[in-house]
Amino acid sequence: MLCQSCKKNEATTHVKRIVNGQIEEYDLCHECAKKMGYTNLFSGFENEWNSLLGSFFGGGLPSKTSATRCKSCGSSFSEIAKRGIVGCPDCYDTFYDELLPSIRKIHGNTQHNGKFPASAGKQLAIVNELESLQEQLNEAVSRQEFEKAAQLRDRINSLKGGNQNV
Amino acid sequence: MSEKWYEKAGEQGGVVVSSRIRLARNLKNYPFPNKASLEQKKEIAEKVKRALEESNSTLANSFSFIPMEDISRIQAVSLVEKHLISPEFASDRKGRYLMLSKDESISIMINEEDHIRIQVLGSGLSLNECYDTANNLDTLLDNALGFAFNNKLGYLTQCPTNLGTGMRASLMLHIPATEKNRSINRISGNLTKLGMELRGTFGEGSDAKGSLYQLSNQITLGLSEHNAIENLKNIASQLIDQEEKALKETAKSIETQDVISRSLALLKSARLMSNDEAMKLISNVRAGMFTGLIANADYAKLNRLNEQIQPATLMTAEGKELTPQQRDIKRAEILNKEFSGI
Repeated sequence: MLCQSCKKNEATTHVKRIVNGQIEEYDLCHECAKKMGYTNLFSGFENEWNSLLGSFFGGGLPSKTSATRCKSCGSSFSEIAKRGIVGCPDCYDTFYDELLPSIRKIHGNTQHNGKFPASAGKQLAIVNELESLQEQLNEAVSRQEFEKAAQLRDRINSLKGGNQNV
Repeated sequence: MSEKWYEKAGEQGGVVVSSRIRLARNLKNYPFPNKASLEQKKEIAEKVKRALEESNSTLANSFSFIPMEDISRIQAVSLVEKHLISPEFASDRKGRYLMLSKDESISIMINEEDHIRIQVLGSGLSLNECYDTANNLDTLLDNALGFAFNNKLGYLTQCPTNLGTGMRASLMLHIPATEKNRSINRISGNLTKLGMELRGTFGEGSDAKGSLYQLSNQITLGLSEHNAIENLKNIASQLIDQEEKALKETAKSIETQDVISRSLALLKSARLMSNDEAMKLISNVRAGMFTGLIANADYAKLNRLNEQIQPATLMTAEGKELTPQQRDIKRAEILNKEFSGI
């Protein structure tokens, strides 16, 4: 399908937006989508992924990419790369090494920092909460909010105390 | 009718219209929505609904459960106009469900891009309060459902752009003077380098209607929720400062004062009012209130009107389809009445 804006290039981005109470849908090429502000991190992703893997593995895609499928949802890596979306939570385990370069490119980071769900373990939650409290404490000190800092320090100490007994 | 979140005035209300926190979450043991069957999607929705009902939390008991297939297209679009759901969620409603709090400050989209999208809206600068609510709801749902998580990648999401905290924090800013300086493009370019985005809320780039822009974080992996929110607030306070100065400066000119007075006059007495024109005029009145040219700043009223005059929301309130001209008449009537005392 041709881009509905320039009518020259192949459309790669599907855009939905609401105009005057109506849902309008457009198919745009990469260039026009970019111009209109619909920057999609995944436009051209497949090529990037493939070329990345291609250069790494000397031209041919690694066997894992074509043959390995996620045990839970059946996705292959090339399917994921093509669509720019992942099949299920387990895909992140199955294709961790393959996905990591792109994840680093998107976020500039590959290690989560922040909230943990309960299932991630009490210990992990405490470590994380301690880090977060420490961050807030440093901030409070730098802003000279000493009363808040004292409260934070008490919470840190009590968490650390509890931690020793875990 | 219970009071909606946008009917309350918020902090920094002259520039910051609203704050929003969105958390992306997925259940373990289910494929992401792009791979899930309609059966599985329904199961997920039932689980979320039950988790809220059985939680005995005061937070949870004000929700209504809306299968998106049960509402009309116009009602769905109205929810988009009120920023309660995404355009994508409204356009393809099969297998999708919405949980909406009575005051419309909390919406939970089920089976949008992720199984669960928790969204909390607040007026003015209220990111911390919104996050607290979203965080509590997240903990409550996690305890009942168990969310997909990886020690390295954080909360697992269908699209890798949301990995980590799964949190998108955003502020809706009213920045007409900054827009007039033509510095939006430069600012938004610089913000991209900082992992943030500034874009028109309604419409794109320089066409942003009503001078309303959305400032949000883009990076979710490696940065804690607390830090992401603080970063956003820091950038926002610079933008607010800049806007306030520029606006106060332009308000000294008789030309600007004239534009603001005329805008108020049109809102009071025009008989036909298009959506675009109304948003522009309301924006001018907001600038007038902010600079003191219009007394008794009532930003909450402007926030409410900005939603009320949108086409699908107008039709939903009327309970029937209206032609564009019928809408323009209705819109003018509402605005005449609301601005008569100002």
